[in-house]
Amino acid sequence: MFNNFFHRMASPKHFYRLAGILIPWLAVPCLLLTLAGLYYGLVKAPPDYQQGDSYRIMFIHVPAAWMSMFIYVVMAGAGAIGLIWRIKLAEMVAISSAPIGASFTFLALVTGSIWGKPMWGTWWVWDARLTSELILLFLYLGVIALNNAIDDKRMAARAVAILALVGVINIPIIHYSVEWWNTLHQGPTVTKFDKPSIHLSMLIPLLLMAVAFKLYYAFVVLMRARCEVLDRERNSGWVKELAEKT
Amino acid sequence: MNLEEFFNMGGYAVYVWSSYGIALLVLLVNIIAPLRQRKKLLHGIAATARRRARRNA
Repeated sequence: MFNNFFHRMASPKHFYRLAGILIPWLAVPCLLLTLAGLYYGLVKAPPDYQQGDSYRIMFIHVPAAWMSMFIYVVMAGAGAIGLIWRIKLAEMVAISSAPIGASFTFLALVTGSIWGKPMWGTWWVWDARLTSELILLFLYLGVIALNNAIDDKRMAARAVAILALVGVINIPIIHYSVEWWNTLHQGPTVTKFDKPSIHLSMLIPLLLMAVAFKLYYAFVVLMRARCEVLDRERNSGWVKELAEKT
Repeated sequence: MNLEEFFNMGGYAVYVWSSYGIALLVLLVNIIAPLRQRKKLLHGIAATARRRARRNA
């Protein structure tokens, strides 16, 4: 019974339909949480006693940085599943994740840079945290470029999965970089083992935005994966039928 | 807090609002891109099907 369930789930046609139903159910909560997060982050939370209002960049910067790593792990995991079990759907999720992950990495870098200018007095320093995050961006761009360079979709998926898996080594480096090396970048405040050293009024919008970004990734990756399905299954009957109706 | 204070962001307006603006832009582009791609794919597939049907007729 379980086998049957997984096979149906992984069938492109079934996935396409199911994803179409799921997308609005993810997008609407995402929008609501974003609005709540913006309200609590920009209006309700008090200014920081050291950084004034500039710290509000954190509500974009930190969730974006978390997503940049989370999506990478999902992409590499999906790539591995595609590589081992040859599940087409996993390949599609892996490749659909790359541009979204690249976007969040770009956002983490840019907002960090904009935040760094008034706080550190510089847009950029070549320290471990910033450099390893920049490498993450190049890994994403490498995945996208490699996928585009190989015409055969299944072959491309295998190559991409291997590149993504090798790049996983960068994830713990990003995470621990602020502890292993001296840096301008501040240490973790939320994921510390004892109590988080952040006030509740700032933690709430941060977590709201973090969940909103997770939901955003979920529905955007489904949107992209649906396009992948259409592209790969363009010769199957149900796709032609669907295309003729539009 | 009044509206002017809100937009001024304690003197950090340029930094805060440009961060939020860029984020909004990037997130919107990521939604629009697959919407457009889907439309393009479906149109392309339909056009190919029509061409084939004509050739076989």
